[in-house]
Amino acid sequence: MLKILKYSFKDLIRSRWSYVYFLFYLLLGFVLLFLNNDLSKAVITLMNIIVVLVPLIATIFGIMYYYNSREFIELLLAQPLKRSSIFLGLYLGVAGSLTLSLVLGLGLPFALYGLFKSGDILNFSLLIVIGAFLTFIFNGLAFNIGIANENRIKGFGYAVLLWLFLAVIYDGLFLLALIVFEEYPLDTFSLAATVFNPIDLSRILILLELDISALLGYTGAIFKAFFGTRIGIISATIMLLIWTLVPLWSFIRRANKKDF
Amino acid sequence: MIQIEKIYKRFGRNEVLKGVDLNIPEGGIYAVLGPNGSGKTTLIKCVLGLMIPDQGDIKVADKPISKQWKYREEINYLPQIANFPGNIRVRELIHMINDLRKKAGDESYLVSLFKLEPFLEKKLANLSGGTKQKVNLVLAFMFDSPVIVLDEPTSGLDPASLIALKKLIQKEKEAGKTFLITTHIMQFVEEVADQIIYLLEGKIYYTGTLSGLLEKTGQKDLEHAIAAITSEKRHA
Repeated sequence: MLKILKYSFKDLIRSRWSYVYFLFYLLLGFVLLFLNNDLSKAVITLMNIIVVLVPLIATIFGIMYYYNSREFIELLLAQPLKRSSIFLGLYLGVAGSLTLSLVLGLGLPFALYGLFKSGDILNFSLLIVIGAFLTFIFNGLAFNIGIANENRIKGFGYAVLLWLFLAVIYDGLFLLALIVFEEYPLDTFSLAATVFNPIDLSRILILLELDISALLGYTGAIFKAFFGTRIGIISATIMLLIWTLVPLWSFIRRANKKDF
Repeated sequence: MIQIEKIYKRFGRNEVLKGVDLNIPEGGIYAVLGPNGSGKTTLIKCVLGLMIPDQGDIKVADKPISKQWKYREEINYLPQIANFPGNIRVRELIHMINDLRKKAGDESYLVSLFKLEPFLEKKLANLSGGTKQKVNLVLAFMFDSPVIVLDEPTSGLDPASLIALKKLIQKEKEAGKTFLITTHIMQFVEEVADQIIYLLEGKIYYTGTLSGLLEKTGQKDLEHAIAAITSEKRHA
């Protein structure tokens, strides 16, 4: 598996797209710091961008890379290699290189601005960790879509729809549900609904950590009461882990049964 | 060397293999023939584990291959369509396969045999179909494995390379290798094959020598014999 990882990583490091993403994050970091002129404010703005953009980039790049690697996969499958290690290697290669672009692209400008001397280092690290989680989660989801759809156009469409649903439509439906059922106690419902969407889960986690949950009003207080505690943080992390592992597991399972 | 027992494979409603039984002993060249869509590639891909049969067992070197991967160390495979990652160079590709197989391959002889030296530093996406097929052949022959599976090895080759390929096959045969070859070029079959396996509509129609097939069909050459089987089946 490590060899596959090495080759897919090498391949990605040489591809133009990795640099585009790296430069994009780099530019984003500098622009945010320049506009906000303040580390903690920049971190908050960055959060809004990360929870929406990282999933988009991970989904699109994941599905693109999967379809582009069809030839590579077919070549590898005829070699004496275990199927699951081929696919695991590819997955880790993509998710790893995207995470690297994220960490370096955002880390560099913030480090230059004096991140390590400020109190925001913890918040910033949390942001990056969540960005990494989102990259792995949405890469996994995209690979699932890729392996289930031979037709690239369809696969691409589904991938974009998935992102749109989780990043935008889900929140709309959530809000609608809150309004329609406003006369009922909705604490448990809203907590559960958050957990079932990795983007919302990440957003809430960051908001709470940055201690700006007061902005969320009553709901914020409920969330604070749950996620603010040690149990809350641990269960949120476990949920993110489940969100990472379940798509990966389902992808490997499909890959082991597929005909090439 | 390869035992295939009651293999069934369907894609949706299309039943491609309907109970194929085949025993391929060690050594010799076996040509798998059959009209388009008769299941030749599917059968080969099942042996390689690229496709998973719905039913039946396959053994390579007396070991069942289901969910296994180590046995592929014993097999060299030439895929029908040379699909390679486009953005790597020929030299890098050869190096990578060498590295992945953990076995030292001998590519320098093959590279000069197919006159690939000028292409070593070129990216695979920029190669012509025939040149890609030659790279494909280098990858398939560079390891010393007892079984060599070739799916349409002649496609896109110029006459000089075809002669080189035939020599190569003879040389490996003398070294005691077992070949499984699919092709539509009957002249090629007549020249190289020891045994013929004829697949028709997902079943084995005939196995045996070339002269046996000619006798069975009452035709004077292989091309007509094959055509006769195919049309006879259609009229029936």
